[in-house]
Amino acid sequence: MKSLYDNEMELSFLSKSNNEAFARITVAAFAAQLDPTIEELADIKTAVSEAVTNSIIHGYEDKEGIVKVKAKLLENTIEIEVTDSGKGIEDIELARKPLYTTKGNLERSGMGFTIMESFMDEVDISSVVGIGTRITMKKTIKKSEKEEQIEEEKNALID
Amino acid sequence: MNTEFSELDKMLYVQITEEIDHHTTEKLRRKMDYEITRFMPRKVVFDFGKVTFMDSAGIGLLIGRYKLAKMLGGSTRIVNASKSIKKVLEMSGVVRIIPIEEKVC
Ligand SMILES: Nc1ncnc2c1ncn2[C@@H]1O[C@H](COP(=O)(O)OP(=O)(O)OP(=O)(O)O)[C@@H](O)[C@H]1O
Ligand SMILES: [Mg+2]
Repeated sequence: MKSLYDNEMELSFLSKSNNEAFARITVAAFAAQLDPTIEELADIKTAVSEAVTNSIIHGYEDKEGIVKVKAKLLENTIEIEVTDSGKGIEDIELARKPLYTTKGNLERSGMGFTIMESFMDEVDISSVVGIGTRITMKKTIKKSEKEEQIEEEKNALID
Repeated sequence: MNTEFSELDKMLYVQITEEIDHHTTEKLRRKMDYEITRFMPRKVVFDFGKVTFMDSAGIGLLIGRYKLAKMLGGSTRIVNASKSIKKVLEMSGVVRIIPIEEKVC
């Protein structure tokens, strides 16, 4: 079966905190195919780190479970999915609010979703209590001026 | 993480050398709290010059250390933060309580 995407990858790892760096670095290396700027790459890394950390500390708490990360490329857009089979989110609208945290005692700031939403173009949360949580994020990498210029020149040749 | 304390102006200089995420914060928190309670600095300077990554875990870490330093009579500053780290700091409003200074002290 042919994929609808230009490229796809999937990671699956235990909910251990040292996998947070592993996940964000791997996704960033995959995203590098889209030729992002350093800043765009930093945005992607941060958003992945937020979602994966949430699965580990909120989804699974102290239990061990599997976190899955999928990334798909289509033209200039990367779509990233982070899934856990943890405890789920009771009130998604509330969870999205800046400063909202259920783990303030652990010095969490409640800024994770706010960061994901402002660093990515789209963030979708689906969650069922007792079943798990899936975060889907999209970001379109802007073409550099040089690339745009080359494309314009190509189009001019065709016309 | 490396620290240096200057008796003269009671300044604790903290150079963070690791990426800051949920995995690294626990150790950083312990080391920072040890130094802050030991010296009771009048000013704590966090040097971000060698920090290549920080997510929301860093916000909690900084706010916690700000509170501890303040309780002991000290203020807190951030220096040498990269563009992407500034973005996280500014979005969270941390900069309102811990100002970012451009140069190393
Ligand atoms: N994967 C998840 N499973 C269960 N609950 C979650 C999950 N992700 C987020 N939540 C809930 O949503 C809240 C808000 O998440 P958010 O990332 O914005 O803040 P935080 O993780 O509490 O703090 P910060 O990310 O700033 O350290 C969490 O406190 C938690 O209650
Ligand atoms: Mg979070």
